Amino acid sequence: MNNISNIDQGIFAKRKRINKIGLTLSMGAMLLGMIFLFWILSVLLFKGLSAIDLNLFTHSTPAPGSEGGGLANAIVGSLLLVGTCTLVSTPIGVLAGLYLSEYGDRSRVAAVTRFVTDIMLSAPSIVIGLFVYAFVVAQVRHFSGWAGTIALALIAIPVVVRTTENMLRLVPGSLREAAYALGTPKWKVAFMITLRAAQSGVMTGILLALARISGETAPLLFTALNNQFFSTNMNAPMANLPVVIFQFAMSPYDNWVELAWGGALLITFAVLGLNILARVVFREKVQG
Amino acid sequence: MMSNMKTMFDLNKIDSQGGKLETTNQQSEQVAINAIEVRNLNFFYGSFQGLKDINLDIEQGKVTAFIGPSGCGKSTLLRTLNRMYDLYPGQRAEGEINFYGQNILEPGQDLNLLRSRIGMVFQKPTPFPMSIYENIAFGVRLYEKLSRSEMDERVEWALNKAALWNEAKDKLSQSGLSLSGGQQQRLCIARGVAVKPSVILLDEPTSALDPISTGKIEELINELKHEYTIAIVTHNMQQAARVSDYTAYMYLGSLIEYGKTDEIFIKPQRKETEDYITGRFG
Repeated sequence: MNNISNIDQGIFAKRKRINKIGLTLSMGAMLLGMIFLFWILSVLLFKGLSAIDLNLFTHSTPAPGSEGGGLANAIVGSLLLVGTCTLVSTPIGVLAGLYLSEYGDRSRVAAVTRFVTDIMLSAPSIVIGLFVYAFVVAQVRHFSGWAGTIALALIAIPVVVRTTENMLRLVPGSLREAAYALGTPKWKVAFMITLRAAQSGVMTGILLALARISGETAPLLFTALNNQFFSTNMNAPMANLPVVIFQFAMSPYDNWVELAWGGALLITFAVLGLNILARVVFREKVQG
Repeated sequence: MMSNMKTMFDLNKIDSQGGKLETTNQQSEQVAINAIEVRNLNFFYGSFQGLKDINLDIEQGKVTAFIGPSGCGKSTLLRTLNRMYDLYPGQRAEGEINFYGQNILEPGQDLNLLRSRIGMVFQKPTPFPMSIYENIAFGVRLYEKLSRSEMDERVEWALNKAALWNEAKDKLSQSGLSLSGGQQQRLCIARGVAVKPSVILLDEPTSALDPISTGKIEELINELKHEYTIAIVTHNMQQAARVSDYTAYMYLGSLIEYGKTDEIFIKPQRKETEDYITGRFG
């Protein structure tokens, strides 16, 4: 290689040096991110794992001063809140995304919707909690699971709307044209062809929205609040993991603090699992 | 809307019975029936004029090819025939396109119904994200109510028409995307044929395919023209010469020359056509 005459060794060496520096810097940045992630995960595992036992899933949160206890009420409450929120926000989010991509497109309504959605995406979740507090909780004069669901849905819907719209936009126009060319009415093209082609991307969006809301604490503080007892009544205050963690972690009782660690571990791994699931779903689509 | 639908179906009856067409146009001596007659067609992309005063007849049961350099308007012309351009704001056509005597450019025209009568296959294969069977059944279900067994028959019939049955019969429930590019394109043709249109528009159907798949599709065009009227846009002049009965040469949005394919290729009347066909230009 050295006898190729038109290569200036100086330029070549310099480029290799710059390449090395760039690579080192980006590796360093990556490591910095990874260190904190694994630090958090290992502390969680270390402190939380000892709290994970059968009692955690079978007993409800203990009263102040009493021994033992678990998180059963909070786990069930969180599942109920996140579940109903998914049922509410998926159809609204997907339909709105469908409207933005297939119907509104360049209309004024769509532009406004997009703008509002973007604001909602970055709105602090505590503001959303306060909003629901003012308009739901203060009106009916009690905290409730439904209020929590509404607050979570307000956070989830914009995520679903935007991912759905973006995923639908990735569907090539030629596929829509091919459907129209058979004489397919517009709504059938939108629902049966375009949405179907973007299916896994939309699913990914829903899963990511789920992951986002399952850890939200602020909007639940003002809405679902907490409940010391096991309850599946959505009309009453409802226990949920984030708020329990928030309250227990700052308490003076050792068993409460330990339960908070256990809850944090559960939530973190649930979110991690959702994220991994979302990636798997999306990858299958890309390959298939 | 209802009156339109009625007319369209009546026109189909005329189609199948042959010469009963009541000519509203000036073609009285002609024995052959024109499926489509284009009159003084101008087409605009916003303020840009894509087609200039096109006059052309597409004969029933024949293959008409559109050739010309890129950007000459041949695809645009094809996309006016099923009003595909209507999907995009800012595109409009003026003049007349008579489909068995009915001007499809009229505002009252039901576009879905029109497109079920004038099918289209595109440059890139576009299988729907569903099984091979469903790909074909999808279009059929839009306008016909068939029993399960009738649908099975229709799917087999359409796949046979597109010379795909033997390759696909054992994997009808697999995704249409699992087929090769050439097979996907034949699936798209089968899908178009399955709804039994009277005209099939082919927009460069083989430009994304290898020579063997191209050969199969050209054979297919020769088969299909016995039952369907076909209009094909192609970049490949040899292909136009091989498959078509009539050829239209277009340049810069104008129809330069139109006639029997043999005549266009052997003794073109216009210098521009000759230059393009002999490869001196384009």
